[in-house]
Amino acid sequence: MTTTATARDYSLIGRDSELAVQSGLAAAEWYHTEIPRKTMKELMQRSDGPALRDTAIWFALLIGLAAGGIAFWGGWWAVLFFFGYGTIYGGSADSRWHECGHGTAFKTSWMNDVVYQIACFMVMREPTVWRWSHTRHHTDTIIVGRDPEIVAMRPPDILAMLLNLFSIKHVVVTVGKILLHSTGRLTAEEETFIPEMERGRVYRTARIWLCIHMVPIALSLALQSFIPVLLVGPLPTMYGAWYMVYMGFTQHAGLAENVLDHRLNSRTVYMNPLFRYLYWNMNYHVEHHMFPMVPYYRLPALHEIMKPDTPKPYASTIEAYREIIPAVLRQLRDPEWHVVRQLPATAKPYRPDLHGAAAAAE
Amino acid sequence: MSEWVQACATDDIDDEDLIRFDHGGRVYAIYKSPEGEFFATAGICTHEHAFLTDGLVMGDIIECPKHNGRFNYKTGAAKGAPVCVNLITHKVKVEGDAVYVNVG
Repeated sequence: MTTTATARDYSLIGRDSELAVQSGLAAAEWYHTEIPRKTMKELMQRSDGPALRDTAIWFALLIGLAAGGIAFWGGWWAVLFFFGYGTIYGGSADSRWHECGHGTAFKTSWMNDVVYQIACFMVMREPTVWRWSHTRHHTDTIIVGRDPEIVAMRPPDILAMLLNLFSIKHVVVTVGKILLHSTGRLTAEEETFIPEMERGRVYRTARIWLCIHMVPIALSLALQSFIPVLLVGPLPTMYGAWYMVYMGFTQHAGLAENVLDHRLNSRTVYMNPLFRYLYWNMNYHVEHHMFPMVPYYRLPALHEIMKPDTPKPYASTIEAYREIIPAVLRQLRDPEWHVVRQLPATAKPYRPDLHGAAAAAE
Repeated sequence: MSEWVQACATDDIDDEDLIRFDHGGRVYAIYKSPEGEFFATAGICTHEHAFLTDGLVMGDIIECPKHNGRFNYKTGAAKGAPVCVNLITHKVKVEGDAVYVNVG
């Protein structure tokens, strides 16, 4: 393994972006567990039922928790209600953004689109920008210089990570981008992954969002109350972000970069039913990355089929974090180091020929 | 110059499914609709290099397995991001129990 540390350039228009293309890591062929077509077809099947049920519960929780927060406003009970509300709004909306962005939650297309737009607003991810950014994330998962969604960079920016526990950096950056987009412009990085024919949509949405964001602000001013801005807008995105971050870090943090095998760069973590409901089974992250066309309600079944070919899942988020925290801290002093996931004897071995120059040198 | 090539048998494809057919260095996708009609398109997604034959047919839609991009396989129309460019479609005919694709 090479011991020469090199500063990574995570920018999509920097040195490592070009390097990824040259070394064959960009838009490359990834490892897939072999699953018979007949089985795959069954796993990919969609139905509206599960997502309709889960979304009805989700909206009921939002409404109920908001009502509780308002009813108990001024007292400590309100804090609990708003905590719950924020967890749903700024936390679990992440998983709804994700699944509906893939178009896999509902069988009926427009239902995915509606929930996607709502969830985007809640987590402050501009719908068109993040659809394309997530597409790139799936094409080039944790490829340095290509993946715009790497949250645990090396060496880690601990301050940024802590700020993002409350989505502070994300919200500030997003507000800036919305303002930019509303003027009909993109950042140079966004131009690398958003095709021209989609850019008008970005600008239009930014202008609409600016108008929508004015509503709770205006209401709060008119009513002389914080309640509207605590219910809609950046504030619930921020005070509820902790759940999204807690879950999201388990996906890839501390694992390999620049490899073409999701078994090396993604985690599957077993979670309790409440967490899995809030996270919409995104904890089956190896499975999801390998087969993104499988809807969330079939990921546990896919996991069982893939088990012989994948590393041992983590028993809980606590077990995952027992690995993640020391890994991230170690990467402060040794950015080349990462966790290597071990495969069971029944698995197809990792293929160095898929992993490019960086892994071949290890 | 158009050329009819036998791609598969009618029974080779389940209803609401597809198979891959390679010919002349090109990849085709042959579909059987839920109504039992046959269609053909280019076999690779227009967004990125992914074989549509690993994807899911739902009604008249083919969903690409890589990023869930969707096309109408009967018309080739791209149905929304991340697919923006339509699929090339090819004429299909059935003679007996064989499916022929026009590869011209």
